[in-house]
Amino acid sequence: MSTNVAYYIPHKATWPVIGTAGLVTMLAGFANYLNGSSSVGPAFMVAGLVVFVIMLVGWFTLQAHESETGMYNHDVGISYRMGMMWFIFSEIIFFAVFFSTLWYTRNLSVQWLGSGVTKELLHSAYQATWPTNGPGAVGGKFEPMSAWGLPFLNTLILLSSGVSCTWAHHGLLAKNRDQLIKGLIVTVALGFLFVMFQAFEYHEAYTEMGLTLGSGVYGSTFFMLTGFHGFHVCVGAIILSVVLFRSWKGHFQPENHFAFEAAAWYWHFVDVVWLGLFVFVYLL
Amino acid sequence: MSAVVAEHDDHHADEHHDHGPAKGLLRWIITTNHKDIGTLYLLFALAMFFVGGAMAMVIRAELFEPGLQFVDPAFFNSMTTMHALVMVFGAVMPAFVGLANWQIPMMIGAPDMALPRMNNMSFWLLVAGVLLLASTLLMETGAPNAGWTFYPPLVLQPITVGKALPFAVFAVHLLGISSIMGAINIIATIFNMRAPSMKMMDMPLFVWTWLITAFLLIAVMPVFAGAVTMLLTDKFFHTSFFNAAGGGDPVLYQHIFWFFGHPEVYIMILPTFGVASTIIPVFARKPLFGYSSMVWATGSIAFFSFIVWAHHMFTVGMPMAGELYFMYATMIIAVPTGVKVFNWTATMWKGAMTFETPMLFSIAFVVLFTMGGLTGLMMALAPLDFQYHDTYFIVAHFHYTLVPASIFILMAAGYFWLPKWTGNMYNEKIGQLHFWLSAISVNILFFPQHFLGLAGMPRRIPDYAIQFADWNMVSSIGGFIFGLSQLLFLYIVIDTIRGGTGEKVTAEVWEGSSNHSLEWTLPSPVPYHTWTTPPAVVPTEHVLDSH
Repeated sequence: MSTNVAYYIPHKATWPVIGTAGLVTMLAGFANYLNGSSSVGPAFMVAGLVVFVIMLVGWFTLQAHESETGMYNHDVGISYRMGMMWFIFSEIIFFAVFFSTLWYTRNLSVQWLGSGVTKELLHSAYQATWPTNGPGAVGGKFEPMSAWGLPFLNTLILLSSGVSCTWAHHGLLAKNRDQLIKGLIVTVALGFLFVMFQAFEYHEAYTEMGLTLGSGVYGSTFFMLTGFHGFHVCVGAIILSVVLFRSWKGHFQPENHFAFEAAAWYWHFVDVVWLGLFVFVYLL
Repeated sequence: MSAVVAEHDDHHADEHHDHGPAKGLLRWIITTNHKDIGTLYLLFALAMFFVGGAMAMVIRAELFEPGLQFVDPAFFNSMTTMHALVMVFGAVMPAFVGLANWQIPMMIGAPDMALPRMNNMSFWLLVAGVLLLASTLLMETGAPNAGWTFYPPLVLQPITVGKALPFAVFAVHLLGISSIMGAINIIATIFNMRAPSMKMMDMPLFVWTWLITAFLLIAVMPVFAGAVTMLLTDKFFHTSFFNAAGGGDPVLYQHIFWFFGHPEVYIMILPTFGVASTIIPVFARKPLFGYSSMVWATGSIAFFSFIVWAHHMFTVGMPMAGELYFMYATMIIAVPTGVKVFNWTATMWKGAMTFETPMLFSIAFVVLFTMGGLTGLMMALAPLDFQYHDTYFIVAHFHYTLVPASIFILMAAGYFWLPKWTGNMYNEKIGQLHFWLSAISVNILFFPQHFLGLAGMPRRIPDYAIQFADWNMVSSIGGFIFGLSQLLFLYIVIDTIRGGTGEKVTAEVWEGSSNHSLEWTLPSPVPYHTWTTPPAVVPTEHVLDSH
C-alpha cells in the first residue's frame, strides 16, 4: 500500500443510507410475514433484499476501486484490519451464546428436569439423557445425528479449504497469480461442497430421521448452531468468490491485499467454529 | 500517522472537490463528517429523551392516585416497556455516541473517525431500529408490554405481545449492529488515529472510558441479539430453548439476557464517568486526582460487569453457592466505583472552584450517583434482595444511577461543550434554573420510591393498594416538575445554536481549559474540519498527577 498518501477520509457517502433502507425494509417485511401476511410481507422482504444486495455490490466496488487506485495508505489499512478483527470478535461472541445454550441445556436444565422433586412430582417417567426432546417429547420420536459420515466428511472438507486458502495466500505473497487463483478456486469449491453436503444432511434429518428444528432442545440447538454456521459458510464462500474474481482481474499486491486477508480471516473463523460444532454438537 | 489528510467525494466524476458539507437536507443524510454525525446522534437522542419522557409522564399520571384513571393496564405495561427501551437504546446510548463522535477526534488530534462511511451507517441503523420499534405503537395489538427484559414465557404469550414481538426482535438486531459498528469505529479511531505525540496514558479520561465502553458493546450486543433470536424461533419456529416441555429452561433466557444486561448498564455509566472526570478538573482548576487509578478503576468495573449478572436473578432460583458468589462479586464493584467517587472529591479538594451549570450538574452527579450506588450495594445482598426484588426500591435505585447520573452528566456535557461547538454562550441564568429545578424535582420524584419499595409496592403495576397513595402522589408531582423543567434544556439548546447570549466565546470558553484537553485549543465555533495536521504537543494537565 502506498505510504506517501494521506489518511483517506471519504465524503458524501450514499451507500450506507441505501443499505440501511434495504435492511429495514427486509426486516419489516419478515416481521409482517411472521405475523401472517403472506403477500405484503414477502414482497417487502424481496424488495429489501434486492436493495441490500445492490448496496453491497456498489459499496464494495467503490472500495475496491479506491484501493486499487492507491487511495489508501498504511494507516487506512490498519483501520480496516482493526474493523475486521473486532467484527469477527463480535461474531465469535454470537456463536458463544449458542454454544453456552447447548452447555446449559445439556448440563443443567435437562438434568434438573430429570431429577429431584421435579422428576418425582411432574414427570417420573422422564430420563435425563442426551439427546432429548424433553419430558413432553416435543416434536415426537427422532434419531440423533451421528458424527461419522457426512459431518466427518465436512470436517475434512473445511480443514482442507483452510489449507488451500493459505496456499493461495502464499501464492499472492510470492506474486504467483496462478497459484493464488487456483488456491481460491479450490477453497470456494470446497466451501460450496460443504454447504451442499449440509443440505443433504438436513434433508435426511427432516425426511428420514424425524429430526427437525422442533425436536425439543436437541433439535433446537442442533439446527440453530449448524444453521447459523452454514449461513456463515455461505457468506464466507461468497466473499471468497468476490476475492477470486478480483484476483482474476489482477487486483491485490503482496503489500496491498486487505480484502484477501479479511476474507481469509473470516474463512478461518468459520473453520474454527465448525471444529467446535463437530466436537460439541456431533461428537460428544 | 499521516501529516496531511486527503479528502474525496464518492463521486470521482466530479471534477472539483467540494470540501465543505453538501447543500441542504442531503448534507445530513450522506455526511461522513464526525461533527455532523455527532450532531445527528445528539439531536436524535434529545428527541427520544422527550418521547421516552412523555411515556414516563403517562406512567406517573396513571400512578398519581390508586385505581385506574387514564389508560388500560396493557397500555400501561406498554409504556413501562417502551419507556425503558426508548430511554436506553434511543436516548442515553446514542447521546454518548454523539458525544464520542464530536469529542474523541478533537480530543486525540484526529482528522475524523477512522471509518467515516461506517459511522454514517451506524447512525441510520439506529434510526431504522427505533422506527421499527416505534411502529408497534401504531399496531392494533399495541407495543411490547412484557417489560424491556422480554422474559419468556410471558413475552411469548399472545396477550402480552400481540404482533409486536418480531418487530421488537428485529429492532434489537438493528440497534445491535448499529452499536457494534459504532464501537468498532471508536476502537479503531482511538488506537489508530491519535496524534503521534499522544500516548495512551495521556488520553483524556472521556476517551479512555469510551474505549473501554466500546469493548463492552462489542462483547455484549451479540449476546442480546442471540437471546432475542431464540425468543423469535421459540415463538415462530417451534424451538424449545425456553420451553421446559422440550427440555429447555426459561431461566436460561434470564442468564443470557443479564449477561448482556449488566455490562449494558455500565455502557451507560462509564462514559458518564468519563465526562464527569473531564468537567470537574476544569471548574476545580486542578489536575484530575489519580488519573491512572481512574483508568484502572474503569477497566476493572468493566471486567467485573461480566461476572456479576445473576444478581438480577436472586429470587429466580439458584443454588446457594451461586447466590453467595454473585453477592460477593457484586459487592466488589463498590471498590473501583468508590475509588472514582473519592478521586472526584479529591479533585475538588482545595480547588479554586466556580459553579457554572456544567459543574453544578457534575457535583449533583457525584452526590446522587453515590446514593444510587449505595442502594445498589444494599440489593447486592442476596437475603435483602428477596425483599426488594421487583419493588419500587429497584426502580428508585436504577433511576438514581441513570437520571441524576447519566442524564445529569449528559446535560452537563451539553452546557460544557455547546459553546465550543456553536461559538455561542448559553444563558447561564436559565441554565442554573434548569439545574436547580432538575436537582430538586428529581429527588421528589425518585426518593419516595425507596419508601414505596420497602413497603412492598411492586413495579410495573398500573394500580396499587391505598397505603401507597401519598408517596405516589409526591413522586408524580416531582415527575411532572422534572419533566417540564427539561423543556428549559430544549430552549437552551435551540437558543444557544441560534446565538445564545450574543457573547462570542473564546477558544478556551472555560478558564484554563486548554491545559486539560485538545479541543479547547481549536477556535470556537470549531471549523468543519479539524486536525488535518495533528497537533505537535498535547496538553497533559489532566494527567499531571500520575506523571
